[in-house]
Amino acid sequence: MEQALKNTLKKYETKLPGKIIEEIETNIPAGYSKIKFEKLMEKIYAEYKKTLTDPGEFVGLIGAESIGEPGTQMTLNTFHFAGVAEMNVTTGLPRLIEVLDARKTIKTKMMDIYLEKPYSNGENIEKIISSLKETKMGYLVDEINIDISEGKLDVLLNNKRMEELDLDIEKIFKKCSNKIRSFKCKKDKDSNIIIFELKSKSSSLNKLYDAKEKIKEIYIKGVKSIKQVLPVKEGNEYKIVTSGTNLPSVLKLDFIDKTRTRSNDIYEIRDILGIEAARQVIIDEVMKVIEQQGLNVDIRHIMLVADTICVSGKIQGITRYGIVKEKLSVLARASFETPLKHLFNASMMGEEDPLYSVIENIMINQYIPGGTGLPGLITEIHTKNTKTKKSKSQNKKKAKNSKK
Amino acid sequence: MTVKKKIKKEKKQKKAQTTEKKPKKKKDTNKIKNVKMNENLIGETEVFMDDIFVGSVEKPEEFIKKIKNERRMNRKFYTVNVYYDKKRKRIFIGSKKGRVLRPLIVVENGEPKLTEDHIKQLEKNKISWSDLINEGIIEYLDAEEEESALVAIDKEDLTHEHTHLEISPMDIFGLCTSLVPFEDHDHAVRLNQGSKNQKQAIGFYAANFNYRMDMDVNLLHYPQRPIVSTLTQDIVNLDKHPYGQNVVVAIMSYEGYNMEDAVVFNKSSIERGMARSTYYRPVSSEELKYSGGLMDDISIPDKDVKGYRSEKEYAYLEEDGLIYPEADVKEGDVIIGKTSPPRFLSSMDEYELSTSSRRESSIALKHGEKGVVDMVLLTQNEEGNKLVQVRLRNTKMPEIGDKFTSRHGQKGIIGLIVPEEDMPFTSSGIKPDIIFSPQGIPSRMTLGHMIELIAGKTGSMAGRYIDGTIFSGEDEMDIRKELENMGFREDGSEVMYDGITGRAYKSTIYIGNMYYLKLKHLVSNKLHSRSTGPIQLLTRQPTEGRANEGGLRLGEMEKDTLVAHGASVLLKERFDSDRAVFPICEKCGMVGVHDTRTNSFFCSVCGTDTEISNVEMSYSFKLMLDEFKSLCIYPKMELKSKLTVYDEDEKDSSKSDDKKAENITETENAKV
Repeated sequence: MEQALKNTLKKYETKLPGKIIEEIETNIPAGYSKIKFEKLMEKIYAEYKKTLTDPGEFVGLIGAESIGEPGTQMTLNTFHFAGVAEMNVTTGLPRLIEVLDARKTIKTKMMDIYLEKPYSNGENIEKIISSLKETKMGYLVDEINIDISEGKLDVLLNNKRMEELDLDIEKIFKKCSNKIRSFKCKKDKDSNIIIFELKSKSSSLNKLYDAKEKIKEIYIKGVKSIKQVLPVKEGNEYKIVTSGTNLPSVLKLDFIDKTRTRSNDIYEIRDILGIEAARQVIIDEVMKVIEQQGLNVDIRHIMLVADTICVSGKIQGITRYGIVKEKLSVLARASFETPLKHLFNASMMGEEDPLYSVIENIMINQYIPGGTGLPGLITEIHTKNTKTKKSKSQNKKKAKNSKK
Repeated sequence: MTVKKKIKKEKKQKKAQTTEKKPKKKKDTNKIKNVKMNENLIGETEVFMDDIFVGSVEKPEEFIKKIKNERRMNRKFYTVNVYYDKKRKRIFIGSKKGRVLRPLIVVENGEPKLTEDHIKQLEKNKISWSDLINEGIIEYLDAEEEESALVAIDKEDLTHEHTHLEISPMDIFGLCTSLVPFEDHDHAVRLNQGSKNQKQAIGFYAANFNYRMDMDVNLLHYPQRPIVSTLTQDIVNLDKHPYGQNVVVAIMSYEGYNMEDAVVFNKSSIERGMARSTYYRPVSSEELKYSGGLMDDISIPDKDVKGYRSEKEYAYLEEDGLIYPEADVKEGDVIIGKTSPPRFLSSMDEYELSTSSRRESSIALKHGEKGVVDMVLLTQNEEGNKLVQVRLRNTKMPEIGDKFTSRHGQKGIIGLIVPEEDMPFTSSGIKPDIIFSPQGIPSRMTLGHMIELIAGKTGSMAGRYIDGTIFSGEDEMDIRKELENMGFREDGSEVMYDGITGRAYKSTIYIGNMYYLKLKHLVSNKLHSRSTGPIQLLTRQPTEGRANEGGLRLGEMEKDTLVAHGASVLLKERFDSDRAVFPICEKCGMVGVHDTRTNSFFCSVCGTDTEISNVEMSYSFKLMLDEFKSLCIYPKMELKSKLTVYDEDEKDSSKSDDKKAENITETENAKV
């Protein structure tokens, strides 16, 4: 790009967003004349101004209507993953509510794990799957015999399942030993039995039963809290869909594509990748639901919602504990949920309602600050030789009279 | 009870014959043995009588056969049903009331027990329905036994496996649904809706209507028997209680006034009495007795009674306080004059004259009501109190907004009433009574509607009734042929001419006769509008509902649309229905007092030594502030001027800014 053009472009740096400027810079053909370019820029600027939202436009309310109306058409169906291990995924309105409320515990935690090049073509995919899935002792056990008189538990292992997961008694024994307090661990290689023996024989029967349950929960292999793993072919490559999330551990694995692997848990993303990533996840998750239902909502409405949720740097759902709590107006908060709580607290703090927003002005039946209620009238008032103070009070009186 | 007992006895006998109870452990071995030996003898099958375990049998199939035979032989047991659950090895015998039973023809070896001979005898009235049941030709099945029965719909379908034959294929439909002619050509959903609509039709509901005091009843004038009817029509004797009229229907559009399910009516048809109906509404009142020997008094109220209306409104009352029959009354007119004793009787009142403290409690017509007094009934109720019932009569001519339907779920309201001279006409001068829009047909797939039209045309021209019973009615092709033989086009359409210009339409119009029903939703009972009117005492907002001349609420979502448009002035104006102006004390921020006599303002807290300004707000908001006060919350209004004046010393001097008229501070009220 020539310097002359660059200078013209620089003038618009504050007027146009960076993305547009960048686009112009890369797309202008060589040998474009300066006069022509200036005219072009003027046109671009005019077009850009046209697309801007007018001041006083109620973007939030329009956004709420734009998301809320299609929401009434949503079905409450859950989506079924057809595959070896069937997965139930919450979608539709329940999921939408989950995301917008920014729930801490979501019904189905899921991850999309993308793989690095050789593996994404399906290489060693079975091995990857078995290494990801969390295996607990309970899965490998055939039988647990409780020997009350000896105070020990005989755990019989299943050969087939051990082979399946590329495990042997040696490896399992290593994971088991010292995992349960006040129990000694032995192995019997020939009969595939791991024996848990009480250190002190005086302990009660309850302890044995407790131990039995604990043995089943011993972690053996895989990534923790990933319950199910399913390979899904997406276009030409394989990705892995999991139920249960553990982003930090998965990101440590070397065969995954760290740039695309994602979880559907907003809080997990916020903790590991930051608030901007969490915002993106909110947008993606909401759009996913809306597209799945065959509805059409402009992404900008959802971006606005996501921005509102994330604006303070922490995630605040659209609930009475989230962004509604942050509203400035007492009356607006009281008009949402739990009015008495807000009113009492406000009265204790001596809060002032500045009446800046919509709902409180509707309540007192005044013009709402927005749309046609936004602009004020500016006029020159001629006062002869009177001090401003006086004119002020006079005007005040005038105003009051006009109110009558 | 007797049936039950007998069955139990019977079963006990059977059990004695077929089974002996065995100890539990033996059961298992027996089961396996029997299965191996013979599939028909699965082993011990548990028997439940009305869901109570009564015993077990070894040969379930035989056991069931015996019960069924007994049922067919003995009339006393005809409501007993057996259900055999092969998988769980259980037999359920049902004899309780509340099960829905339906009759079916018994089939044995692929042959129905009902023969031509029976039918002939039935026609001659030699045998009756109960004879067929007694002989085991027809039996009733409940839902459970139907599970184990194989029912053929047609005689031709019968095989050796079938156990029953449907009496008529029509049986799969209920009463209302089977009234629809040619319904086998309709979409099932429309049939459902159509039968719902039929229930709302205005008809000739009772022959003694003139002596009845029914609530909210409509009566159709000149009801007609449908030309195209079904077998059910005869069975339920509907010819004696018709619920509609045969009208000429043209399927075409008329100036767009019949779009979206509307229909266009011929004005002269209405004037000749088509779809005219009477609406009856009773009004009643009784003389109640109160404690202390006081009681209501039905009479013309004295002028000194509390709440006395004007003399004009009592004009229709006769000496006994009742209105006379055939009085033409309108809203506000008193129908039953009545006075009641005072509501709260204080000790002082007893010494006063009784008439002055009595209050008016007459029954008058509410807003928008009118009619003619049809009947006045003076009687007494169960407690012996004097009871007056007055029946009002209203003749309802069809008007724009009244709801009509054919029998195929094709309902619509009148969109336009056209003078007959402007109606389209055929070459023979026939003008339709109703013009129905063709847009309603393709998406709803009510072909029965179309066939009824052509069948009605044939029937009216041939002078006979046409059978449109499902599956067994007259053939459409035969009807068409008959129509053609009478000189009409075979497809039912005719060349028609525009009633306004006289020009022939480019296309032929499908026209014929149909049975049309007037539904009880009449606009005149629903129409409502209001500009200003009564308001509620508490909130000063308009009342709710048509009967109270109420307003139509601009609700939360409607408010949202106005906000979304940014129409803030319109929004405020909408919510001005409870606008009020209050003097606000600027010191304490509470509502002050305006003394209208001296036109002075003061605050009941701060006295006269304060500035008081009038502020406009909704009354409901002031009410809310009052409720805050009752919660010990001190809502203080801080007033600011709407105008802000910028100092002239400042550079942009003449700028002024709009600011809110008031701010609210809420501070804790320490003292309760």
